Amino acid sequence: MPDAVTMTDSTERAGKDEKEFTGSEILLRCLLEEGVDVAFGYPGGAVLPIYDSLYRGALNHLLARHEQGAIHAADGYARATGKPGVVIATSGPGATNLVTGIANAQMDSIPLVCITGNVAQSLIGTDAFQEADIVGITMPITKHSYLVTDVKDLPRIVKEAFHIASTGRPGPVLIDIPKDVSNAKSTFQYPSTVTVRGYQPKSDPHPLQLTRLYQALKEAKKPLILAGGGVVTSGAEKELIAFAEKARIPVTTTLMGLGGFPGQHSLWLGMPGMHGTYAANHALLECDLLIGIGARFDDRVTMGRIDKFATGAKIVHIDIDPAEIGKNLDTFIPIVGDVKKVLASAMQEAPRCPSDAWLKQVQGWYRQYPFRYRDEEGVLKPQWVIQHLYESTGGDAVVTTDVGQHQMWVAQYFPFARPRSFITSGGLGTMGFGFPAALGAQLARPGETVISVTGDGGFQMTCQELAVAALSEIPVKVAVINNHCLGMVRQWQEIFHKKRYSEVDLSGSPDFVRLTEAYGVKAFRAKTREEAVRVWKEALEHPGPAVVDFWVHSSENVYPMVASGTGLDEMMMGDEEG
Amino acid sequence: MRHVLSVMVNDQPRVLARVANLLGRRTFNIESISVGESEEAGLSRMVIVTRGDEQTMEQISKQLHKLVDVIKVQDLSSHPAVERELLLVKVEAGPSERTEIGGIVEPFRAAVVDVGPHSLMVQATGERSKLNALLQLLHPYGVKEVARTGVTALSRSAVKVTN
Ligand SMILES: Cc1ncc(C[n+]2csc(CCOP(=O)(O)OP(=O)(O)O)c2C)c(N)n1
Repeated sequence: MPDAVTMTDSTERAGKDEKEFTGSEILLRCLLEEGVDVAFGYPGGAVLPIYDSLYRGALNHLLARHEQGAIHAADGYARATGKPGVVIATSGPGATNLVTGIANAQMDSIPLVCITGNVAQSLIGTDAFQEADIVGITMPITKHSYLVTDVKDLPRIVKEAFHIASTGRPGPVLIDIPKDVSNAKSTFQYPSTVTVRGYQPKSDPHPLQLTRLYQALKEAKKPLILAGGGVVTSGAEKELIAFAEKARIPVTTTLMGLGGFPGQHSLWLGMPGMHGTYAANHALLECDLLIGIGARFDDRVTMGRIDKFATGAKIVHIDIDPAEIGKNLDTFIPIVGDVKKVLASAMQEAPRCPSDAWLKQVQGWYRQYPFRYRDEEGVLKPQWVIQHLYESTGGDAVVTTDVGQHQMWVAQYFPFARPRSFITSGGLGTMGFGFPAALGAQLARPGETVISVTGDGGFQMTCQELAVAALSEIPVKVAVINNHCLGMVRQWQEIFHKKRYSEVDLSGSPDFVRLTEAYGVKAFRAKTREEAVRVWKEALEHPGPAVVDFWVHSSENVYPMVASGTGLDEMMMGDEEG
Repeated sequence: MRHVLSVMVNDQPRVLARVANLLGRRTFNIESISVGESEEAGLSRMVIVTRGDEQTMEQISKQLHKLVDVIKVQDLSSHPAVERELLLVKVEAGPSERTEIGGIVEPFRAAVVDVGPHSLMVQATGERSKLNALLQLLHPYGVKEVARTGVTALSRSAVKVTN
């Protein structure tokens, strides 16, 4: 038991020598037992007892300025470490403000433990003040959820919640604690083991399927690995490199997989899909063996056109979640298991594919069709800014993004070398995610450079968390890629709606420099390359948080682009062709 | 194809909501769901009748398995199984029609369980098709109210479904 916790009311005795604690004290002890070093949250009536137990500071708690900021910060923490992030919110509006963040974590398989207060059990179901059925509301977007009805169950539930959130395919788990449970008293003992009968994730692959994989590799002239977020989650980057090198297979990494395979490796073909490389997309079209590893073949990769996707390939699918296999694509060799374990075997036993000619071909494509943009004198191009972020840090940074064009430019122009160095909202595509996520990531990895690349639209969704950066001196560097519009929506309106630009002009936005300064955070603006280089350097050298407002060319589009519902062979290469 | 799933679930509040919610949001079709106690304390048996091709059925079963409160999923369509449903139907019937209805009901091994001045209630159990046939025969008399339990089922083999 940590010494720092001095419990009030510890004089009462239940049995012989057993002290009694309130539910909220028990919750705190459980969190400390789980090794939680930071929680993000926001108080309110139903969590008054919980916040009372935090009063003595035994647990480092950060007061966000909106529950959505709190949960994205917890999410960023989880993505940066692999450990569950913890968020606390009050009943009703506090809980419903978590909803976007919970869905965001669920879509990207991020471990979170979300603790909500609720009204006392006697009031549940009566439409009491600030009552919301958060268990019901979040049922489709949580891995599991609990409503605690008896304080005696609390330690077991917390133990299970951390276990379920962080094992198998991770995800958010919600614990809803009615106020009377927080106030009720019980003895405390933290369970040392956990067994959940209906939850037994399988991590060891079936040997027969591995043998089938090796057989398929022997025959594969055009093999391809599609590596997704599962590689990062399972910490399998070394095994993936060893496997790809041994079997001689080129690798494309999905948005969620970026960093799971080094962007500098000669076998890497970049990201596939809607804004992917020519090499990756054409490799997907032409491969004869496609090995999906911790990737779910979603519609930003397949374009929803399974009939046109890897049609000549046998599909191998490696995933810890059996339900992913066969969900979107018929699978020839299903391998259910922890990606790291599967690859640890494969890197030993895989044969070498007869892939020399293919490798030459795809590497040729990769060199021949790099990402390109028209670099104009005197114009600050967003792609150039991203490249500068990369060069100025030598790529040695944790980068979070928001959602939109800037997100795709980071994916394209910042080749990540390490897993957990790229943090983005892939599945839900949540604007407002990036900046608070960076705060969580920075707290998790204090010595590292953490950059939040964000749009001028998305930054305005959660920029109130500048208060947290200022107060706790979290030295995140924010790069606002300010194109004065909702760039990605504008791009779609330009291409698919005959340039009918509807509600994408962000006029009326604040001056980000003055806004930032109002929070007591250092701020800069850059309208030219020279300014960009100078102020970005200053921002990086500044010991505290800083925001740089890069005014970039407004009408820049993200290319290449494949429209939803078309084949990967129908890539729009943009105006840079020829 | 029609499938009957036998699903063992924790007897927890909201477990029916979790299952129904999952099937609904993944756009799986539900013909009926019935839930009741099972042979094991703490577990309920849920019987779900649904439709789908092989791939859909595989997804339904895998997605159900992901629910922490789901312990075991078995597709009874691939086993010899007994399937039953209970039907209660209130039919308009004056004294003159009672015997006639009694005659219809009998071959179905159904029973008249309540008699009022202008109506009577028939109770029948059996497979869905049998109950549908009975209902059809009762229609000309005027069916006032119908209640059906949805299908419940058990596999015939000695193999237990749990664990
Ligand atoms: C919460 C939320 N609302 C709406 C959207 C739809 N959307 C996707 S990208 C985008 C534009 C984002 O603009 P900005 O933040 O300025 O970034 P840019 O695309 O210009 O880089 C919008 C509105 C979203 N992804 N998330």
